[in-house]
Amino acid sequence: MTFEEIRKILSTKTVGIAGCGGLGSNCAVALARSGVGKLIVADFDIIQESNLNRQYYYNDQIGQQKCHTLSDNIYFVNDQVKVVAHQIKLGPDDIVRIYKDCDVLIEAFDLAEMKQMIIETVLSEMPDMPLICGMGMAGFGNNNSIRMEEYDNLYICGDFETEIAVDVPPMAPRVGIVANMQANQAVELIIKKHLKDGINNK
Amino acid sequence: MELIINNRKETVEGDNLTLAELIKVKNYTFKMLVTKINGTLVKKNDRETAIVKNGDNVVVLHMVSGG
Repeated sequence: MTFEEIRKILSTKTVGIAGCGGLGSNCAVALARSGVGKLIVADFDIIQESNLNRQYYYNDQIGQQKCHTLSDNIYFVNDQVKVVAHQIKLGPDDIVRIYKDCDVLIEAFDLAEMKQMIIETVLSEMPDMPLICGMGMAGFGNNNSIRMEEYDNLYICGDFETEIAVDVPPMAPRVGIVANMQANQAVELIIKKHLKDGINNK
Repeated sequence: MELIINNRKETVEGDNLTLAELIKVKNYTFKMLVTKINGTLVKKNDRETAIVKNGDNVVVLHMVSGG
């Protein structure tokens, strides 16, 4: 497929992204560059100086709301993308309400309990929604430990074990790898489903 | 019994274990887990009563912070 063919398909699709930190901001920008038509992003937080070691924001954006600033930054990358930004701390009901019409949903939280919450919510309330999670990406090095595993509609990207700690900080390279791996999986799922649906409709 | 755990075939001592017992046998120590049996979500409070039988497909995911 040419990039134009790929972009044409992606331009009709919607991807939800839960969290606008290291995973969410980088994943959103990769999907925007690829030409996804609509991104629904959500985060309650504001940008801090310590975020700039991995998140897709700039020095002069410190203190601003992540979700709306990410929307601005996406506009500078690709002004054809429609971004819907929610400044909210997501709970189970919000996730169903905000993301129910998406083609694919990306989990981009930092806390383990939030990851558990969204996975359980999607598995029980939206079982047909493909959910792509990031699990284990702190520190640096060890490229070969990062992989993806799939369990029905649930896709997990990461090294599956490295938790963040004071001496194992999250950093741009590994967080970026996982964020882009999530975006890559979203593109693949969307394109494959589109081609399959096209064959079924003929 | 023969199980598929996280997409891999495994042999586990015993038969008809509860999911909580299986987690203990497998020595899964992470506090935060998501568990499924044959594609169905099993929430934390139900792990003591959910039974794992020979041939079941079990998923035990460790929630790892960072993002």
